[in-house]
Amino acid sequence: MKHLRRTLATLLVLAAGSTATLAGKSAAQQAIQDGYAAAARAADPAFKGFSAERGKAFFHAKHGGGKPETPSCTTCHTSDPTAAGKSRAGKTIAPMAASRSPERFSDQKQVEKWFRRNCSDVLGRACTASEKGDVLAYLLSL
Amino acid sequence: MQRIIRQFPRIGAAAVLSFAVVATGARADGLSVGPVKDPTVAKECSACHMLYPAGLLPARSWSRLMNDLGDHFGDNAELDPETAEQIRAYLTANAADTQRRGTKLLRNLPSGTVPLRITELPYIAAKHAKRGRVAPATLKRRGAKSPADCKACHRGAEQGQFDDD
Repeated sequence: MKHLRRTLATLLVLAAGSTATLAGKSAAQQAIQDGYAAAARAADPAFKGFSAERGKAFFHAKHGGGKPETPSCTTCHTSDPTAAGKSRAGKTIAPMAASRSPERFSDQKQVEKWFRRNCSDVLGRACTASEKGDVLAYLLSL
Repeated sequence: MQRIIRQFPRIGAAAVLSFAVVATGARADGLSVGPVKDPTVAKECSACHMLYPAGLLPARSWSRLMNDLGDHFGDNAELDPETAEQIRAYLTANAADTQRRGTKLLRNLPSGTVPLRITELPYIAAKHAKRGRVAPATLKRRGAKSPADCKACHRGAEQGQFDDD
């Protein structure tokens, strides 16, 4: 029994480690990415896949059109996605990088909820599937 | 019948005990409302700010807040309709005007007004007007970003305990 427990613990550690690696997206994270890919392809037949580089630029850019208090993702999440951020009300936000917060980007409803809210506040419009997928690609790559 | 008689002392003890609790609550200067017990409400309503107990605002206020999540004190806090309805139902069912303990909180609040901030309640405003309790210097010393951060001073705020003033 003790042995079994140790084996299980080792497996858990290995599993946690694998989600932290670049290629180690969980099935749930992959499914959400796939959903955005399908939507991006539907919107633009020339869509060729997501880009962590584009996502990085988007995440760090100063956007216009939203509220003056929140011009960028980095306003709350800081310019280091592996560090904790802070909400405008002062609450700590867990790091956005999947390597630091492995539970992130696993629940479609949660992901959509935050894109809906934050794109509205930062850009003054909804984000496109392509933008969402790029940002996820970036945050999953860190 | 004998069973009922045997139960009596216990019922009596419980009655005395609850009376004692009520009496203590009435004497204390502070305020005690229940904490949020619904996990969905607790999760969604504490993602950006402290978790405000439902007993801190009347039902009409919670209803208005839940109607206006697209502009929630300047931020977009929209939810999917099912989750929003679940949260609205909990908040209005456990609001200040549904609790006996909440009546003190709503003292002097005109029935036609719909306060959106707890600090707008006359009872709360009067309490905090004393001795610069929410003066900028006090807030800064306590590490509060704004008067909305009750727990900077009231450590038990999220548990509905405000008897530390």
